[in-house]
Order: sequence, then C-alpha cells, then structure tokens
Amino acid sequence: MNKSNTIQIETKTLNVTIHNNPVLKNIDIQIPAKQLTAIIGPSGCGKTTLLKSFNRLLEIQDGIKIQGEIVVDGINIMSSGLNVPDIRKKMGLISQKPYPLPMSIFENVAYGLRIHHDKNAKELAEAVQNCLQEVGLWNEVKDRMHDPASRLSVGQQQRLCLARAIAVQPEVILCDEPTSALDPIAAQQIEKLLLKLKKDFTVILVTHTLRQAKRVADHVIFLYFGKVIEQGPAAEFFNNPKNPETKAYLAGEIS
Amino acid sequence: MPPRTIRGMLKNKLVLVGILSLFLSFIFLFLFSNFFLFALFLIIFIILLVYNFIKVSRKLYDALGTRLMLLATVSVIFLFFLLLLILINGSINILSDQSLSDLIFSSTWKPFSGKFGLFAVIVDTLIVTAISMVIAVPISLLSAIYIAEYAPKKFRNIVRPFIDVLAGVPSVVFGLCALLVFVPLVRDDIAPFFGSNISSGFSLFTASLILSIMVFPIIISLCLESFNSVPIALKEASLSLGATKWETVKKVIFRAAGPGVLAAIFLGFGRAFGETIAVSMVIGNQELIPKSLFGPGQTLASLIASNYTEVSSIPILASALIFVALILFVVVLIFNLLGYFVLQRASKRWKY
Amino acid sequence: MNRRNLEEKIFLGLMLASVFIVMGSLILIVTVIVLNGAPSLSIEILTQTSEGGFYLGAGGGFLNAIVGSLLLALPATGLAFLIGIAIALYLQKDFLKPGIANFIRICLDILWGVPSVVYGVFCLTIMIAIGMTGGSLLFGIIALTLLEIPIITRSIDESIKMVPSGLKESAYSLGSSKFETAAKVVRRQAMPGIIAGVLLGFGRGIGDAASILLTVGDSNYFPSSISDQTAALPTMILNLVSMPDQVVQNKAYAVAFVLLMIVLLISIITRYLTKKSSKYIIK
Repeated sequence: MNKSNTIQIETKTLNVTIHNNPVLKNIDIQIPAKQLTAIIGPSGCGKTTLLKSFNRLLEIQDGIKIQGEIVVDGINIMSSGLNVPDIRKKMGLISQKPYPLPMSIFENVAYGLRIHHDKNAKELAEAVQNCLQEVGLWNEVKDRMHDPASRLSVGQQQRLCLARAIAVQPEVILCDEPTSALDPIAAQQIEKLLLKLKKDFTVILVTHTLRQAKRVADHVIFLYFGKVIEQGPAAEFFNNPKNPETKAYLAGEIS
Repeated sequence: MPPRTIRGMLKNKLVLVGILSLFLSFIFLFLFSNFFLFALFLIIFIILLVYNFIKVSRKLYDALGTRLMLLATVSVIFLFFLLLLILINGSINILSDQSLSDLIFSSTWKPFSGKFGLFAVIVDTLIVTAISMVIAVPISLLSAIYIAEYAPKKFRNIVRPFIDVLAGVPSVVFGLCALLVFVPLVRDDIAPFFGSNISSGFSLFTASLILSIMVFPIIISLCLESFNSVPIALKEASLSLGATKWETVKKVIFRAAGPGVLAAIFLGFGRAFGETIAVSMVIGNQELIPKSLFGPGQTLASLIASNYTEVSSIPILASALIFVALILFVVVLIFNLLGYFVLQRASKRWKY
Repeated sequence: MNRRNLEEKIFLGLMLASVFIVMGSLILIVTVIVLNGAPSLSIEILTQTSEGGFYLGAGGGFLNAIVGSLLLALPATGLAFLIGIAIALYLQKDFLKPGIANFIRICLDILWGVPSVVYGVFCLTIMIAIGMTGGSLLFGIIALTLLEIPIITRSIDESIKMVPSGLKESAYSLGSSKFETAAKVVRRQAMPGIIAGVLLGFGRGIGDAASILLTVGDSNYFPSSISDQTAALPTMILNLVSMPDQVVQNKAYAVAFVLLMIVLLISIITRYLTKKSSKYIIK
C-alpha cells in the first residue's frame, strides 16, 4: 500500500447515457498504479460500463453518450485527435466469458504482437512462449500450439485471453468478472494470476462477489445505481466503511 | 381440450356449422330433390365430423399429424431424386443420338440440322459468370462491411430494408432495365472505349453487368446477417489489443463470419450461373465462341429460354434442352455440396 | 503506425465507393422502371384484358396477366406453405435425428439453388410425356410450387431453430405431445419467421419468369379452367418487349412497374405483419 501512490486513471465528472438513460452519474474516481482495484456493486449498476469507458470501447455500441474526462497518465483520453487504437493498446481487456479469436492458440497470442511490432519468426515464438509461461499455460499447450483456440477448456481459454492481453505490454488490465463463467479451480487460478500480475500492471477487477474483492483487492470502488458511493483502500473499506449504504451492502442487506 | 358437454359443443361454431349442413343436406334432398347440393352439404358434414373426431381423440390427432409431416418430408426427398431422374431420363434420347464429347466439345448449335454442340455456350456461361462474380464479390463484401461495421445507425436502418426489397425484385425487371440502360451504354460508350466499334450492345459484357447488379443484394444481405452474428465481445477483444477497426474486420470478423460469407458467395454464384431471363434479354442469343466481350453470346440457361418454343417441331431438341437443364442442376448440386463441406470444415475449426 | 492508418483510410475509401456503386445501381434500376412505367399506366390498362393477339399486344390492358399471375402464385404459395411448414416442423430434433434432418436441409438448399428454368424444364418434360402442348395453368402452378417449397421450408426452418429449447421443455412439462408442441407452441413462436418465409416465397413465385415461360403459354383471356393457357405478368413483359413497336414496349414498362409495386407491397406487408405477429413472442 505504501508502494508508489501514483494515480494511473482518474475520471472527472464522468457521465454516460445509453439511449438517454443515465448509466453513470458524476463519477469521480482515482485508480492507483500497480495495484489491484476492485469495482464492486450489484449487477446492473454500471460496473462494466465504467470499465469499458476506460479504453473507449463503449463508443462502438449504438446510442452511447459520454461526457466528462478520463485521464490516463495525465492525458485526457476523451479529447479529440487521439489515436484510439493506441489508447486501447495500453489496456488489455478480459471479458466475462472468454472469447478466443477464431485462430490457433499461437496466433491468438501473436495477434497483438504482429500488429504492433515487427518481429521475426523466432522473436515472435519466444514472445508467445513467454506470455504463455507467464499465465501458466505453456506446459499445457506447447504440443498443440496450432490447434484452434476454441478446443481449449473454458478456464484455459480465459488464461489464453490473459496471455493475449499481456503480449502487447499494456499498462492496465481491465477484468470484467473474469471468473464468473469458470469452475472454482479455474477461477482460483485466474485470481492467483491477477495477484501476480499486479506487480507489473495496474489491474482493475469488476466483480459482484464481495468475497473475491476481499481476497484480492488493494483498493475498492463501490458503485450503486450509477453513482460512486465509496472508494478507498481495501482494509479501510471493508473494516471501517463510512457510508451507511456501504455498510448495508457489506452486511448483505442490499444487493 | 375440446368441449365435453352438449352445451359446450353447441358453443363450438364448427359443430353448429356441421349440424346446419346436415340439416340443409336433408332439406335439399327431400324438399328440392337437388342431389348435387345434398352431396355437397353431406360432404361438408362428414369432413367436420372427421375433423371433430380427430380433435377429440388426441392420439389419433397426434398420429395423423405426425404421419402427414413425415409424408411431406419424404416427398421432398423423393422430389429431389425425381427431378434428377426425370432430367436424366429425358437426356437419354440426345445422349444415345450423339456422344457426350460431341455434345460438350463441338461448338455448332444448329437444332434444325441436328447439331447440338454446347462448347460455345459453356464457354460463354463461364465467361459471363466469372466476370459478374469478379465485379460483384469485392464490391458486395466491401459494402457489407461498411454497412455492418462503419455506417451510422440511421444509414443502416435505411439501407437494410432497401437491400432486402431489391433481393426480391424479379429478374425480368432487372432485364428490362438492362435493355433500357446498359445495352445503349455498352453500344455507345463502353465498347467504343475499349476499341470495339461494331458492338450492338447485346453482349456478354452487358449480361455480366446486369448479373453483378442482381447479385449485389443477395451477397450483401447474407453477409450482413453473418457479420451481425459475430459476438460483439470478439470485436472488443481485438480492439482492446490496440487493433484498428480495419485490422479487426480483416483478421477477426472475416474469419469469424467466414463460413457465412462463403455461403453468400456460393449463393450469388448460383444465381449468376443459372439466371435465365435477364441474361436472355441482353446477351444477343447467338451460340458463338466470343471474339470479344462486346459480342453476342448465349449461356446455358438462356439457351433454354430462347429455344424452347421449337421443341414441338424438333423432338430431339427437347431432349437436348433437358440435357442442358441437367447440366445446370448437376453444377448447382456440386457447388452446393462443395460449399457444404468447406463450411463444415471451416466452422468446426474456427467456431467461437 | 502511419502505414496502419493509411491502410484504414484506403479501405474506408474503397468501402464508400462500393456502397456508392451498389446503391447507385440499385436506385438506377428502380428509377428507370418508375420513370418509364408510371407514365404508361392508366386505369384502362389495369382494368382491361389484352387485345390484338400474341404478336401485337398494343390494344387493351393487362388485367388478364395480373389475374393469371395471382392464379399461379396464390395456389402455389398455399401448397408450398402446407408442405413447407410440415417439413420444417418435422425437421426439429424432437422428430428426426439431426443427421437425417441435416441431410434433408442440404437437399432443400440445393433445390433452393437450382435455377428456376430447371423447374420449368422439369414440368415441360412431363407435359411432353403426357402429350400436352402449349402450356397450362396447372403446370405453371406445379413449377412455382416446386420453386417455392425450398424457399418457404428453409425460411420457416431457420426461424424454428431460434425457438428456445426452454419453451419446448415447458410445453412438454405441461403434458403436451410432440405434435401438439410443434403445432401449437413452436408454430406460434416462429410466426414472424413463417410469415416472412411465405411472403418471400410468394414474391419469388409471382416474379419468376423462367419457370412459367416454359409451362403456361399465353392467352388474352382469363383462364376458365386449370388446363387453360394463361397470361402472367413476367411472361407478358417478355412478350411485349420483344415487339418492335414503341407503344407495345411502353406497355411492357407499365407491366414491369406494376410487378415492382407488387414486390414492394409484399415487402411492406411482410414488415407490418412480422411486427404485428411478434406480439406473443417470448424473447
């Protein structure tokens, strides 16, 4: 906690409407670098929307209006004239259900590398191996690198998505309930990985299970009906919540 | 459940109609001695009786319904083979009269002197189909991508129904337009531009042009369907790795929607290959090996349309045309099977 | 970096050009027919039958062709619908093994792809075999039915595939038999798809020229029996446009205009009915 307290992402009065329904209202949050920040709250409270606004993925859907500032590393990513793919490259996304690209296991990891770096075949293979080792998948798949990724188990697919994300060397990893589709063992593997990865990356984890947040989070943001109710370091948040709604949520009285 | 009590049964309109028709049938028999009307109403009564009986007896209703469905299903398979059988049977006449190689590799088509060489027609068909696909496929795919991935929602909402309507416009209407617009255009502008001054406008190129326009809506609407069925999370996965939109389209969406796109192209090919009326209106209907794209020609399908009126005067011509239809059927069959196996392989490997 | 953005720009340009070509050519088609057809249209031409024989066609209207086309397409669509819905319901996995069902689907897809002229030749072959010459309403209906069966069946089939299996399960758990579930629950849920399929088939049937060209012949009158020859809109266009006389050709444009309007009307009705019938759809 007393690592560097630099702020990686900061939003200033962020408002999002979908088809004119307000989904996020005046969001002001700070997300510290190289820590694991959990965004918690009941389903439908705008967690995923908030997450996807960080790498400007929201705007590919219809009927979305975004107002306010999102500052990443001192740059407001909402300002015009920026190269959007560059913003997105900084942030890997892990979705609820793993979506391996329709290619082989190797090509899945190599996809981002091929786009962003001119590497020769050997360098590429090495980089892919490194990423797969990082997520503990290498030993499981090294003999079938050119099989379709869809033949892996769901848990393996999710780890492949993680490997794919870290291959492009992002600064932030956005996780949208990455364990909700997995069995308990696979979920545990992912959790451990996230804890390992927060040394090198800023990890933002959207989750609706409180226990998971308690286990892994350094910093917590509590969203309720599109508003930030409380945010702060995890220990303080869980042991000594200030807001009555937070207390109620932690006690299981509202969901 | 059907009503059980008498009152309940009387409430049922069908039962009322049944009783009424029985009553009427007796009136007509005894009061007017009109046997025809008696029979008519009696038949109505019997039908309603049987219908009600079936309704009441669930088991029978079930069994009968299931049997009828089975019958329809079997009959369509039967139809498939009957079609093939009748076409083969009809072709036997011409095949016993002339050898297969004579038919396919000779290029003189003169029904009145008994010559049925199809070589020129086959060459023309290949040329016309190939050109129309070369024009239609890239343009349709690019348009479909734009409409599905790039276009603003308003534009999409206008264009999609428009494309769907045009996919249903009869080919004869397309043919008429080609006659009005493209024939003069090819004759006066396009052909002279490419240095052939004697074109009448009725040409292979004109036919290819109208075919490609006819194929646009078919390929586009099918492609749109398969682009739209690509999960949005897959796009997000690619975009969040820092890929541009086009890179995502090229490497991810095309792959994920690949089977559907391929099916669309195959269907477009089938349409271009077998189109009869629009082609026969503008191709010039001459069974020649073309010297230029701007000269007249004849495709397999249009050959049938422009020769069928003579079948009563030259009996063997009928057999020759049936043989041509058999070729059309078999080519479509082969292409469909080919497409099916390609799709099977592709979707097994790259499902998402 | 620069190269990637350039590629994006180039392809966006190509896409815009393609959309422009596609929309331009399709709008051109519609405009040409409307501009040439609408002026020749009149009440007389719509309410009179043809005159002046097969090769002249300048006199009279084309009511006989409208009636002929309806007499061809309506029964054909009705027959194809009855057969099609039975097959489509039977193709569900409750009745048939998926392997067999897929085989039937392939057959239907091939039949869908078969050029319509082949159906024409098929009927012509039978007509020659039974010694009939000149054509008849009956064989036109048969040809169109064959043409429409795969279209209607596959469209209905696709919409039935979308019926959630939970819906079927709840029907079964209420004690419905397989047939009752198919005929009452699945059919209702698939209603918009069924309507769209039937109207799609009708549109193809009423507009198709190649199959009826070989089978129905021509006539200046309303057909009075099923073995009569008859006029139809698509074949009438072909007959009229091949005449050298400008007046006759103008009439062809008017017929084409009417045909285009019918297709447009069908698609509007389809949109309206599918919207209306989705009222009871469980999403």
